[in-house]
Amino acid sequence: MNALPDPKAQAAQAPGAAVFELIEVEKTFQIRPPGRRFTRETIGLKALDGVRLRVEKGTSLALVGESGSGKSTLLRVLLGLDAPTNGRALYHGRPIRDARAHGRDFARDVAMVYQDARGSLDPRMTIEALIAEPLRHFNIVPKDQIKSRVAELLNRVGLPTDAAKRYPAGLSGGQVRRVAIARALASEPSVLVADEAVSGLDVSTQAQLLTLLRRLQQDMGLTLVFITHDLGVASFLCEEIAIMYLGRIVETGPTDAVLNAPAHPYAAALRAAAPRFFEPMPEPLPGEIPSPLDLPKGCRFSTRCPAAQPDCQTRDPQLGRFGQARAVACLHPLASPET
Amino acid sequence: MSDTNLLTVSDLTVHRGAAKILDRVNLSIAKGETLALVGESGAGKSTIATALMQLLDGAEVEGRAELQEAGDLLSLPARQMVKLRGRRLSMIFQDAGAALNPAYTVGRQLTTTLRRNLGLTRSAAHAKAIELFTSVGINDAEARLSAFPHQLSGGMQQRVMVAIALACNPDLLLADEPTSALDVTIQAQIIRLILSLTRERGASCIFVLHDLALASQSCDRIVVLYAGQVVESGPARDVLTHHRHPYTRQLESCVVEIGRHDLVAPEGTVPPHDQMPKGCRFATRCPRALDRCAGEAPPLTPANPAKDGALDHVFACWNPE
Ligand SMILES: Nc1ncnc2c1ncn2[C@@H]1O[C@H](COP(=O)(O)OP(=O)(O)OP(=O)(O)O)[C@@H](O)[C@H]1O
Ligand SMILES: Nc1ncnc2c1ncn2[C@@H]1O[C@H](COP(=O)(O)OP(=O)(O)OP(=O)(O)O)[C@@H](O)[C@H]1O
Ligand code: SF4
Ligand code: SF4
Ligand SMILES: [Mg+2]
Ligand SMILES: [Mg+2]
Repeated sequence: MNALPDPKAQAAQAPGAAVFELIEVEKTFQIRPPGRRFTRETIGLKALDGVRLRVEKGTSLALVGESGSGKSTLLRVLLGLDAPTNGRALYHGRPIRDARAHGRDFARDVAMVYQDARGSLDPRMTIEALIAEPLRHFNIVPKDQIKSRVAELLNRVGLPTDAAKRYPAGLSGGQVRRVAIARALASEPSVLVADEAVSGLDVSTQAQLLTLLRRLQQDMGLTLVFITHDLGVASFLCEEIAIMYLGRIVETGPTDAVLNAPAHPYAAALRAAAPRFFEPMPEPLPGEIPSPLDLPKGCRFSTRCPAAQPDCQTRDPQLGRFGQARAVACLHPLASPET
Repeated sequence: MSDTNLLTVSDLTVHRGAAKILDRVNLSIAKGETLALVGESGAGKSTIATALMQLLDGAEVEGRAELQEAGDLLSLPARQMVKLRGRRLSMIFQDAGAALNPAYTVGRQLTTTLRRNLGLTRSAAHAKAIELFTSVGINDAEARLSAFPHQLSGGMQQRVMVAIALACNPDLLLADEPTSALDVTIQAQIIRLILSLTRERGASCIFVLHDLALASQSCDRIVVLYAGQVVESGPARDVLTHHRHPYTRQLESCVVEIGRHDLVAPEGTVPPHDQMPKGCRFATRCPRALDRCAGEAPPLTPANPAKDGALDHVFACWNPE
């Protein structure tokens, strides 16, 4: 369970069982107002707006949703790279920013694979040096074993041993992605947070990495938070799914239950847009994606929602319990909650 | 090969030092056609696209790539190539974050393209830029023009790239994984947009795609590459539903559909260039390999010998399925 809108249920949880907990997290970026290129004035863009999320130890959570809905921002908050503007972001019950600022444990325990894998790697370092860096930094193995551990990690992510001597520029996009994963695994983390770690990979490489990640998750109890656009990937790798739209989680629950019968109309639209062999390309959602600077009144999906009713323009639905294990932020959910 | 081909690539071979990155790749694309390049990471898909753009650094390129009314893209003088880029052919890069210049606003990057290639005035370019941003689904187009790349989400950066690539109505669009950073609703929207904009203008499109289901929905033909060689190609339906090459089967078996939990990943990786088998390059991993496979390279063979022509279904395998 990751969304717990019910405070009583939340209190019933064993304290500290959650690796991460976000309580009403808001993240606002100050940007220049639209159309005013030469001003110093700024206005706030709410990239996250009241996000509640609970990530239990050893679970795997897929974060999916519209581009620009705040997935990467949410991950940056989980990593303590961005402080929430409002609300609380906790790691084992302690504010993430504190955990991060004190000692190396957090950095070692929570590893990250960035969306822009190439940009996250220093182009002047060889692959070997890049993977050796966290090994050294966190004293993972004695000095004389670094070389062999690098080789082992390269092998684990399916890179040829001769990649060690190359530079990122000498590798294909998919190979660079594997390097980023090898580097993240080097510190032997218990939590892996990955932003599009397998998107842009060919399906065979992807299958290898997915089975690898699932093995790590099952054998080592790795906790996974995994941003992906591929619902098949979410369904294969993650027990839980959280679907985001414009800064909010709009639906969450067990992945297959949510994808088989989405309750939120945006979740249903995502499901319908997933590519299917030889089917005609689906009609896109009507209307423009609203600007986060100018949110629609009432439900933020109401301008594009095929199921919208008159009250949707006036009431802003909050993420609320939907059946046993699910939660949805919609006044008129599509599915009926299974009991 | 027919006269209606917009582009005919013959024996495209690319070396980097001793490594043969592409080995005699042949492909052609008709006017208005869409083609998907699929295959393992490192197979050379991006290399094909960048070679056609003459943007390949540190590599030796052989072969021909005849673009109608332009000549051989591989040997055109750089000055002529600069003129073609953007106008006759343009490319959407795999890595939007890296392809955009972090030092300039995205609006400046787009208007520079528009002013250089279409000779627009500053204000006309600005207006056109707003129009293009809106057409690729960027809201607040005006405000977003003054954003620096790092201020945009990954998906938004990719839409900026699509806007820049389509800015000057190219005949041939090379789209290297144009949507792998986008959510599926926007992916569908962008692919439909690219298809409708190219269709409207009778333009052709070469996609690099990893999602075979998406390729089946959006492309007329599919070219499967393995380790720098074409191993199978033909009409999308033939290749995906009647594949003959064991590597194509492997690709298909790796597709993760919703609700699938039984994925078995293929073993091994593409061999390093200095250990590449002389014969079939897939021989080190192929479950159907015969004795002759590692030593003798299989030629491309028509799957249906009764028909002929380059557009038909072909595969390169000694022991096809
Ligand atoms: N540093 C920043 N300054 C200003 N705005 C930002 C910044 N980072 C993100 N944003 C804005 O915050 C919103 C959320 O962005 P974010 O990158 O989290 O989205 P995302 O869900 O990861 O999207 P994608 O799937 O495209 O990667 C977007 O509107 C984006 O433009
Ligand atoms: N700048 C470079 N220097 C040396 N080798 C390179 C360079 N760029 C690519 N290569 C090599 O060329 C081969 C083909 O790379 P290419 O980028 O074309 O693959 P790709 O099919 O696009 O893969 P992906 O799906 O991962 O993007 C790979 O083996 C790669 O390591
Ligand atoms: S609250 Fe109304 S507009 Fe919003 S998602 Fe539900 S039905 Fe659609
Ligand atoms: S030629 Fe041999 S090794 Fe190559 S794909 Fe065919 S059966 Fe496999
Ligand atoms: Mg992102
Ligand atoms: Mg590539």
